[in-house]
Amino acid sequence: MSHPSRFTAFLKLVEGPQTLGKGPKFWSVFALVLLAACIYPQFADSYDVGNNVYFFNWLFMAMGLSLIWGYGGALSFGQTAFFGVAGYAYGVLTINLGDAYGLTLVSLLLAVGISALFAAILGYFLFYGRISGVFLGIVTLSVTLVLERFMAQTAGPQWAIGKARLNGFNGMGAMPSLTIPWPGGAIVLYPDVTLYYVTLALLVSVYLGLRILVNSRFGNVIVAIRENPLRAEMLGYDIRKYQLITFVIGSALAGLSGVLYTSWGNYITPASMGMTAASLPIVWVAVGGRSDLTTTLIGALAVLIVFQTLTIYGSQYALVVMGALLVITVLIAPRGIVIALSDLLPARKSKMKGEV
Amino acid sequence: MAILETRQLNKHFGGLHVTGNVDFALEPGEMHCLIGPNGAGKSTFFRLILGEHMPDSGHILYDGSDITRNKPFERIRRGISVKFQVPGIFKELSVRQNLEIALQHHVAPLMLHEEIDRLLEFLKLSADHMQLAGNLSHGQKQWLEIGMAVALKPKLLLLDEPTAGMTPDETFATGEMLQELNREGMTLLAVEHDMAFVRQIAHQVTVLHFGKVFAQGTIDEIVADERVTAIYLGEADA
Repeated sequence: MSHPSRFTAFLKLVEGPQTLGKGPKFWSVFALVLLAACIYPQFADSYDVGNNVYFFNWLFMAMGLSLIWGYGGALSFGQTAFFGVAGYAYGVLTINLGDAYGLTLVSLLLAVGISALFAAILGYFLFYGRISGVFLGIVTLSVTLVLERFMAQTAGPQWAIGKARLNGFNGMGAMPSLTIPWPGGAIVLYPDVTLYYVTLALLVSVYLGLRILVNSRFGNVIVAIRENPLRAEMLGYDIRKYQLITFVIGSALAGLSGVLYTSWGNYITPASMGMTAASLPIVWVAVGGRSDLTTTLIGALAVLIVFQTLTIYGSQYALVVMGALLVITVLIAPRGIVIALSDLLPARKSKMKGEV
Repeated sequence: MAILETRQLNKHFGGLHVTGNVDFALEPGEMHCLIGPNGAGKSTFFRLILGEHMPDSGHILYDGSDITRNKPFERIRRGISVKFQVPGIFKELSVRQNLEIALQHHVAPLMLHEEIDRLLEFLKLSADHMQLAGNLSHGQKQWLEIGMAVALKPKLLLLDEPTAGMTPDETFATGEMLQELNREGMTLLAVEHDMAFVRQIAHQVTVLHFGKVFAQGTIDEIVADERVTAIYLGEADA
């Protein structure tokens, strides 16, 4: 901020036609929200703060789906597959490697890398096999459910990788939390205030990073493919390569969610890849407005909090509400409720017409 | 040397021969129109040149090299560009962004907006540059897509019914646009039904019929050819 030209250069990168929210007004609100998020732990019980990191953990997966589906136009039901793969990979790695010397951080990177590699292999067959539209959803959902079934039958003692037992339907536990080596004693990221700040910082970095990505030349091509794949190809773009890279980035973000979740709760189960789990990200992202990162973030956080609150009264009942919410969104505000609400504001309306 | 040449090009879908042994050559700098009744194989011929369809046999040569097995985007990068019959634009994006996406991979970032403005003026779309492309009139959409195709600075521009659905004034203006591009050295190959438009732009005309080259010549020669009149022009030019 002290260097105005540098700030303008930064704005040029994070603002653009592919993201709502621009100018001093938006960034002031952004700064206020960030400030509120930063001082929140000072006013809350640290146990609650640690628990609420849970909500942040899922938002990486939501933003990844926004990128793949909202920007790229490819409906993937596979986010939880990559979530699960990375979560289990983190468990297996850390149980075997331990938490000294920053090895949990290495495990985090490796686990996200494994989910990205898995996405690259699956995505290669999907996109170079020219699978698109509803079939992409069917294939990715099938892969997710197969993974769930597979992990659910790993109860026997023969299902172990090194010291790590996979434990079938009951899930894998007792992996160490992320640990940052520090002179004078390692910082263990238990669900606590420190983890809150680390996750928040990661969230803001990923959000800004994705804003830069979607407003770049690469982002231009992604939305062009969503709008008209044939035209994009006939402008000389190797569209399958762009689709694959987008899929890998979005899926790796689901992997990051998986690692953070597993480290947060020291626990991962096959149910994290089940039918219910696989469909929830679709609801989070669709309700807010999948074609924009900010609305996705707001929508996903709101839906997660509502869902969690309702679960207190019964989890099946909460799922019915989620289903109804998706139907209502699709019928009344197909572009998302946050976008529909902001369209109602007269100032926004004229702005949308003029600038989008 | 021809810029585009097809040798014994064949494509059939099931038992239906859509193009049969098409030998065709296009000289650099030429403005050439393909005509023929519905189902004559014009669109399939375009798709074969673009690589959307693979031929069953035969060869496609572009600028001296065989591109028969190249992927569509590779052909585009070699200098072929296309304007589809139904406007292939990015409807949810602004006119400006549509052109930006077409220009960005070969124009330096600093020159990009200058180049977009120049194209907008050529396309008579300067006033509408911030409009969503989907909100343009039909004729403007056609022009925008011509602009996107031209933005690649192709050596060879393929146009599939570029004036479909245009008013006579728009059609004439489109003809002038294409003539200007041709004067700058671009080779053009257009599928077209509007004979007035063909007369306006074409140096040479090829008639396709049942997937074969039926006749070739200047527009006057084609119109004077009784065989052609019998299959096509008789009803179309009336």
